[in-house]
Amino acid sequence: MSLLFEIIGGALILIGSIFLLLGGLGILRMPDVYNRLQAGTKATTLGGMSLILGVGFLKVEDDWTWMVKALIIVIFIAFSNPISSHALARAMYKRKRYPLIKNDDGNMDAYKEVSENIKKEDKK
Amino acid sequence: MENLKLTDKLSRFIVSWILLMIVWIAFTTSFAAQELLVGVGITAIIAFFTIPFFTCCTLTILSPTRVFYMIYYLFVFTWELIKSNIDVARRVLTPSLPINPGIVKFKTKLTTDYSRMVLANSITLTPGTLSIDIIDDTFYVHWIDVKTTNPEEAQKEIAETFEKILLKIF
Repeated sequence: MSLLFEIIGGALILIGSIFLLLGGLGILRMPDVYNRLQAGTKATTLGGMSLILGVGFLKVEDDWTWMVKALIIVIFIAFSNPISSHALARAMYKRKRYPLIKNDDGNMDAYKEVSENIKKEDKK
Repeated sequence: MENLKLTDKLSRFIVSWILLMIVWIAFTTSFAAQELLVGVGITAIIAFFTIPFFTCCTLTILSPTRVFYMIYYLFVFTWELIKSNIDVARRVLTPSLPINPGIVKFKTKLTTDYSRMVLANSITLTPGTLSIDIIDDTFYVHWIDVKTTNPEEAQKEIAETFEKILLKIF
């Protein structure tokens, strides 16, 4: 049994680190802040979750409480990661870092109407 | 929120009590009588003082069909998360960087704040989308590969799988 848990834990840690590496590569390669956030959020969520679960599996033989605490951390990551990326994206738009748009047909940036409304209200 | 009925308040209190108690047991990871007694006391106090803003739902959330859909949602969500990671990996590793980014909007059928929050979080973790803002029932979503700027089609493409399940939970 101990070997089985070790294999599962090692595999989860390997998968997690591969996804974290790809996320870092994505942050380097993507052209603007929103696309970087996309790559960063997804990769860090699954990467971090599977890495921590892997640690839980490695230690579950000695002490089952590791697994429970790993699960709590996984749940907190799943809740907090998307919220922080949403806050960053919204703050960047309010700081006028408009998204890169390749094929513009006039309505590719739907959020513009909201920021224009905010500007009008500020002038009033 | 202030003018809740007493039964409503009580059922909210019990839901958050149960949730906090589960978190307490998970943190202490022990079933000793002393630990459990302290836990019951502390979680009851916290649940009592946070009735107006902490809880999302009344006791009906614990009915078997809803719990079943919650577990089903968890599986759908995990699958979408894995798919989105493979999608990101594919885009990053392709030398030409195949992206066509833009921001689209769509309207949701969900009515409560909590279900909208869950939907926004799920959208962020599904392939190629990142929720930027929610204003009333309109979602603004950054899409890495825009297929349509039509709100209805975007809703079908992005949110439909989650929305169907969330409508049954909340």
